[in-house]
Amino acid sequence: MAMKNKLESESKSLLRFTTAGSVDDGKSTLIGRLLYDSKSIFEDQMDHIIESSKRLGKEDVDLSLLTDGLRAEREQGITIDVAYRYFATPRRKFIIADTPGHIQYTRNMVTGASTADLAVILIDARKGLLEQTLRHSYIATLLDIRHIVFCINKMDMVDYSESVFNEIKRELEGVANKLKIEYTYYIPISAKFGDNVVDSSAKMGWYKGETFLRLIETIEIKKDENSHQARFPVQTIIRPLSTEYHDYRGYAGRVAGGILKTGDEVTILPSFINSRIKSIDLMGKHRSLASSGDSISITLEDQIDISRGDMIVKTSEIPEVGQEITLMACWFNERPLKPGGRYIVRNNTNESGCQIKSVNYRMNINTFEKDTDDLPVKMNDIANISIRTSKPLFFDNYRKNNITGSLVFIEEGTNETVGAGMIE
Amino acid sequence: MIINDAHLKELENEAIFVMREVAAQFEKKVILFSGGKDSIVLVHLAKKAFWPAKMPFSLLHIDTGHNFEETLKFRDDLAHELGVELIVKYVQDSIDNGRVSEEKGINASRNKAQSVTLLDAIEELNIDVAIGGGRRDEEKARAKERFFSHRNEFGQWDPKNQRPELWNIFNGHKNMGEHFRVFPISNWTELDVWQYIMSEFIKLPELYYTHRRKIFKRNGIYLAWAPFMQLKPSEEVFETDVRCRTIGDITCTGVTLSKAQSLEEIVSEIAATRVTERGGRYDDKRSEAAMEDRKKEGYF
Repeated sequence: MAMKNKLESESKSLLRFTTAGSVDDGKSTLIGRLLYDSKSIFEDQMDHIIESSKRLGKEDVDLSLLTDGLRAEREQGITIDVAYRYFATPRRKFIIADTPGHIQYTRNMVTGASTADLAVILIDARKGLLEQTLRHSYIATLLDIRHIVFCINKMDMVDYSESVFNEIKRELEGVANKLKIEYTYYIPISAKFGDNVVDSSAKMGWYKGETFLRLIETIEIKKDENSHQARFPVQTIIRPLSTEYHDYRGYAGRVAGGILKTGDEVTILPSFINSRIKSIDLMGKHRSLASSGDSISITLEDQIDISRGDMIVKTSEIPEVGQEITLMACWFNERPLKPGGRYIVRNNTNESGCQIKSVNYRMNINTFEKDTDDLPVKMNDIANISIRTSKPLFFDNYRKNNITGSLVFIEEGTNETVGAGMIE
Repeated sequence: MIINDAHLKELENEAIFVMREVAAQFEKKVILFSGGKDSIVLVHLAKKAFWPAKMPFSLLHIDTGHNFEETLKFRDDLAHELGVELIVKYVQDSIDNGRVSEEKGINASRNKAQSVTLLDAIEELNIDVAIGGGRRDEEKARAKERFFSHRNEFGQWDPKNQRPELWNIFNGHKNMGEHFRVFPISNWTELDVWQYIMSEFIKLPELYYTHRRKIFKRNGIYLAWAPFMQLKPSEEVFETDVRCRTIGDITCTGVTLSKAQSLEEIVSEIAATRVTERGGRYDDKRSEAAMEDRKKEGYF
């Protein structure tokens, strides 16, 4: 069974990262280059790209065609929606969310960033910092992405100049300081020619740091969700009513932080009834504990009325329970958010009606200052707002727990997801 | 068996979460079941997600009439074993009713016609969610797909205006007549699927393992031969050792020359391959945006 051992030793971690930047700064090309140089592009995909490049009248093979999957994207040469890409090296598996740079697609950038461990922000070396650079850096921090890699791209077009790189790096450090980004990295690259993407650049001997791939392969992303307070939002109830499992009543869900053990004393929200965990199951296998991220079923010692949207927590670690909530909102819809507006709000599996009580301030992305005029919050705006929900939500500060601290706004009638919120 | 691989464990947790969201947010729920490995993995995940209860989904098979015999037996046995309802809708019926006309010519396939049969089934049975085994690594239009993918009252997908999907919050709100397609294994790659099948001992049709078969070559792809297929004069049928890398309609499913007898051998074959899974799918060869176009019309 030599093969089996080999596969077992290949146990890899998963890193999810998102790419952002402005129009035409080469995000899709960087990903294409990464996949190409790490030999993750297959022969038939390459044939397609060569063929399409020719048809579009391009001089060189355009690697961005690999991720721009929609017809409209290829025609216009822009990214409209998030494209997910997958590749693996012997060290790690990667899920890339390649997100749009255009301002009208900011909502798709936020979508890609919401599940990322790390953000890659591209800067065109010729142009330096743009409004989008600031916006994307801000959104990444807002979404609690703690590692940001700034790739200064198109170094080939500035003669691989160290001083150009240093100047941009200095400006970015100023931004990182203001935004209090925890971990930042700066790499000079040429996505088009592959400098410092997978292989070190021969033309930038002055750069002593790691290549982009080497960095994302080895970067330590500390996931400390297990040290959070234990949260278990209930998705659905499992009641087989079969002869064998006649009395089985399992609460199905995914642990949203912390560790739950059999015997733990727990409290059910919103009823505040206490009980103990009797068993933790998945497919007939009992476990003594479940940790953050595990999809499991829980049974309790007592028969209690529990339904979807309720939350099981450790009795010693009760989250916030309330109807008045202040949060940072990112607005996605053409119809502005206004005080008094009513929406459906969804926090974990819990859904409630809500009304916007006030817009406290809007973030000015250029200055990172707070605008307190009372203009409506328009599409792509980021604002601090207060809402009142029609029933209690159970939540934590977003910085403490990204899952229990996040919510979305759904518009009644159109059913569209019109905004996202991070609870303060 | 305990899954050792951290990333497989995470993918499983995510897929089970999505399955349970479907169960909670919709009423008439089906798994689109083709008898292929991805739909078999979906069924396995659904079993896990709702144990010890029965999964709250029916299986829906859109039958083109051009099947590998063994797949049908596998399908029937599996549905029986699970004790869930199996719904089969036939493309032939849609053709007979005049809902769709059959493609003509040498490359004729019923693959595209399936969309009509599927949408008719969704309407007739009031299905409000269809769970599919589509994966984002399969194809560039699929790479753009959400987990919860909205379809309007005509069953169409609007790729330029998809709902933002943040964190693990899936918005399944919809109006009458609209439905959702949900893809729990969106983030899995082909290799992930095979490693998972191996670690969970999931039973598959024998077609996935090496076997002797009559095949012929067309535009660089080996296709399984069947009596109803038209051959060009230059094409020659011969018999050799092959296995299916994907299983779908026989007219457009390519086969791979392979002697892989076990899952271990298949996994190492996949890990070393230089051609994508759908590189052998004749239905994707039609145009650059073939998949996007079919998806907009209501394809899986």
